This record gives sequence, C-alpha cells and structure tokens, in this order.
Amino acid sequence: MAIEVLYFAALREQLDCAGERIDWQAGESIARLAARLAQVHGEAGTALLDASVRAACNQQLVESDAILEDGDEVAFFPPLTGG
Amino acid sequence: MLQYEPYVSVQAEDFCLSSEQRSLHELLQSADGEMNVGALASFVGLVRAERDPEYGPLRALQIEHYAGMTERSLLDICAQAQRKWQLITCRVIHRVGRIAPGHQIVMVMVAAMHRGDAFAGCEFIMDYLKTSAPFWKKACYTGGQRWVAARAHDQQRSARWQG
Repeated sequence: MAIEVLYFAALREQLDCAGERIDWQAGESIARLAARLAQVHGEAGTALLDASVRAACNQQLVESDAILEDGDEVAFFPPLTGG
Repeated sequence: MLQYEPYVSVQAEDFCLSSEQRSLHELLQSADGEMNVGALASFVGLVRAERDPEYGPLRALQIEHYAGMTERSLLDICAQAQRKWQLITCRVIHRVGRIAPGHQIVMVMVAAMHRGDAFAGCEFIMDYLKTSAPFWKKACYTGGQRWVAARAHDQQRSARWQG
C-alpha cells in the first residue's frame, strides 16, 4: 500500500524534504515508519528519531503506536509553536 | 440557549479587532429569539520585539502551518470550549507568513451569557491553540534565524484545563 508522508518546519529543513510517497505494509505503527524513514534519509534521518518529534495521521495528532492503513496521510514535525 | 458554529480563519492578511467585534455583535443582534449574550471577550497576540544575543534584533516571525489540519484543529478547540463553558460562539483568526514585531498574529473572540464563561473560554482557546494547532514559528533576526522552541510553560497552561 502507499502512504503519503509530510515533513514540517525544522524537521523539513533537517531532512531537506517536504514530503514523499512510500510503499508501506498495512497494520504497522508510526514508530516503525519513522524508523524506516530515518534509515532511508541516512545521517539526516536521525532527526526523525528524536523524542520531541510529533506525528499526525489524517490530520489528527497521534501517538507513535498508532497503526497505519492504506492511503493514510502522515506528517512528522517538531513540537507546535502557534499562538 | 442559542449557539452558533465557531468561525476560524488561517490567513496571511492582517485583521481588525473592532471590525470582527462589530460583525459578531451584528450577528448576535440579528438572531431570532432571545438575545441572551451578556459578554464578549477577546484576546490579540502580537509579535514581541526581541533581541537575540548572537543574531541581534528580530526582523520578523515566519509562521508556517499544516494547511487543512490547522483549520480542523482550531474548530475542534473552539467546539471543546463551547461545550465546556456554554459559549454562544467563538471566532479565531491566526495569521501565517511573515509578520514584523509589534504586528498581530492571532485573535480569539468569544461570546457568552456571562463574563466568567467568556473570560475562561477565551483563555482556554488561547492556551490550547499554543500546543495543539499545527503552526511553527521561525524567528528571523538581522544576523540569522532560528526556529522558536516550544515552551514547557505553554504545555503546563494547556494541561491545567484537563480534569
């Protein structure tokens, strides 16, 4: 299945990537996706493994144990600083 | 009690607090049925002028957002506030893009029957949007730029509304 991944703010700059489409297995967690993406991005990818990184799935904030399904939109980003 | 769906906007353009207040007031006055609103509370957040020890004075904040998720999360925060405090309605405007020191970033406006609910609802929405709405600020100084770090203080203010 395919998953759309977006990166925002400092994380986007560290990875030098705003987003990508990747093949992924249904039923795997966001944490496993982050680990795989970190590998793909080499040294810069370690930024994805930082404890401060947050995630959203289909535009809702989720924890790293959330399970992904086909067609999900996932985003990784630093802590939010709005307001 | 008459309630209206919250109104939110994420936009680059500046806003005018008194125009927003006037338009909300007109909406409430035009309601069929009883005019039960007794309190309108509002908050405006500005870019603070600051000086970085290494990079010098702030020239602007650059605000980025996750288009689509921002509007949904602001509506969700407003809906929570409306339920918790029996608010008649809320309006939130949050700007994105480049904003200079002294200029406006965000507006929260709330209508309720009584001032206790209006003040609390307004503060809740501001505290929550600082930690739950997907915006990120980059501070651009004369000599460099750095992403603004999330503050533990904001997390604590958000957390105190739970329970």
